[in-house]
Amino acid sequence: MEPIEQIKARIEAAVPGASIEILQNASPSQQHSLKIDNEHAHDVAKWLHDDPALRLDFCSNVTGVDWLDRTVKKMVKVKKVVDGEEKEVAETTEEKIPGYLEAVYHLYSMTHKHGPVIIRMRTADRAAGARLPSLTPIWRSAEFQEREIFDLYGIRFDGHPDLRRILMWDEFEDYPMRKDYREPDDYEYEPTPHDDVLERAKRYYTPRPQIDGAESIVEPLNG
Amino acid sequence: MSVTIETLEAMERPPVSMGSRLEGELLEVSMGPQHPSTHGVFRMNVALEGEIVRKLKPVFGYLHRNHEKIGENASYLGSMPYTDRLDYFCSMTNNWAYALSVEKLAGIEVPERAEYLRVILAELTRLQNHASLLGFLLNDMGAWGTPLMYAFREREKILDLFESLSGSRMMCDYMRFGGCRVDASPEWLAHAKKIVDRFPRFVDELEQLIVGNEVVIARTQNVGNVSPELAVSAGITGPMLRACGVNYDVRKVDGYGFYPRFKFRIPLGEHGDTYDRLMMRVLEMGESVGILKQAFEQVPTGPIINPKVKIRAFRPPVGEAYGRIEAPKGELGFYLISDGGTNPYRYRVRPPSFINLTILEDMCLGHTVADVMVILGSIDIVMGEVDR
Repeated sequence: MEPIEQIKARIEAAVPGASIEILQNASPSQQHSLKIDNEHAHDVAKWLHDDPALRLDFCSNVTGVDWLDRTVKKMVKVKKVVDGEEKEVAETTEEKIPGYLEAVYHLYSMTHKHGPVIIRMRTADRAAGARLPSLTPIWRSAEFQEREIFDLYGIRFDGHPDLRRILMWDEFEDYPMRKDYREPDDYEYEPTPHDDVLERAKRYYTPRPQIDGAESIVEPLNG
Repeated sequence: MSVTIETLEAMERPPVSMGSRLEGELLEVSMGPQHPSTHGVFRMNVALEGEIVRKLKPVFGYLHRNHEKIGENASYLGSMPYTDRLDYFCSMTNNWAYALSVEKLAGIEVPERAEYLRVILAELTRLQNHASLLGFLLNDMGAWGTPLMYAFREREKILDLFESLSGSRMMCDYMRFGGCRVDASPEWLAHAKKIVDRFPRFVDELEQLIVGNEVVIARTQNVGNVSPELAVSAGITGPMLRACGVNYDVRKVDGYGFYPRFKFRIPLGEHGDTYDRLMMRVLEMGESVGILKQAFEQVPTGPIINPKVKIRAFRPPVGEAYGRIEAPKGELGFYLISDGGTNPYRYRVRPPSFINLTILEDMCLGHTVADVMVILGSIDIVMGEVDR
């Protein structure tokens, strides 16, 4: 298969306005990926699917990744005037990188038997209504997998034919695969009349005095 | 305040149109989740017109335990026994797919003997998976009990082999990063060879029972057809894809393990119907026996695990990897992202039977309810893997 730089150049030539970024993968697997922008994602995906040399007709794996907000500490040398003398002082600056959700697609070609080409799309933030364009119209295999991402990560895919929860039940509210997800104490908690009844009971009946309290209700036997 | 009195004519219901057919009378039926032929807890919401399926929506998640989240919170090795529980029929191939992904992520070499043992165990897994699938499928068609027991008799021999090697029939937990856990003794190999040599007798017997059987042909031929274009687009893999005539087998394409060293053919179907999917399993069993016979002859002596790999506190370098193998049910992949720690940052399973279910509705439309069970059976699903 052609090198990823060449694929990037060809996409940019074929889809005007698309901004593609190569994300290097330093691990021994050497599977680099292409970050595509959300506006042109559909066109880029269509081109990858139809291009005769690539012909990526098989979308094997679709998955989401949650990247939390993080702070990167950097040591920067700053010139400062200390005691009337100009000195170079090392200062740490903190840079906040906002978190985002990511959808990753692993593409292969069944016609030419090559791959994978990995494409990624990123949301602007980690809000519950984060949106990405759906690639199900191009690869049908993304149908259930995008539903799964919606279910577990909360990314909404625009243009998906049937975006519903798939593994969790419909009434479930949170997104369990997010890194900051906390399990509820009781998954199926529903307010029951029991609490109201208990409140009312407390109001109408005075509590019994405690046995070891000041007023004992037990009469002494020899009293 | 005005009072309106309804006349008798107005209160009469509008006349029911009695056409030649009862059109638009759809009956919604919830098939499952407790249904013997759904192979687990799997539900299909079906809209029926008479006996014909007009709509079908699969519902699953009853067995969901968020395997991927548990994988993110466990160490790399800690997830290995848990992969057994994905597709509990094929724990060996699950182990291999996971080990392969981690080996890709960390760049680990595997010794030659371990690769041969992996091939042997994966092909044995394929034999027992396909045998039991055929038994279940014939069971769904109404051949109650007997074919399933025939298949399970053979399967049990292979599971005995797994037990004597790994200590467990189904939850083998056999592979490690960079090799295998325990070595196979010469006696084990000899015994396995004996079982594999006898296996074609069972395959031939089963083939004879299926191929010309009138009931099987009536129930399966031209039922649940899939076009190659749809299959490729929907990411169908494994025997189900090859039944449509698409030549794609990860063993040949990626050439992982030592598969390029073996001579074997890829059986291909023509029609993509249930009969072809059934026959694909029979033919693949024959090819697996061929691979096994070659492997038993070639298997070298030597170490079974790469001594450089740190098993405990294993930390792969920062990065990501997607590894995949040809599991009996299709392409099984693991996608791992490492942040340099002892746990994976992201642990994703690409389950073949989950994705093969994508086109269940397309396959079932226009067929009868009884065919739905046969079509579902021919996909070969295991709910432990679908729901994860």
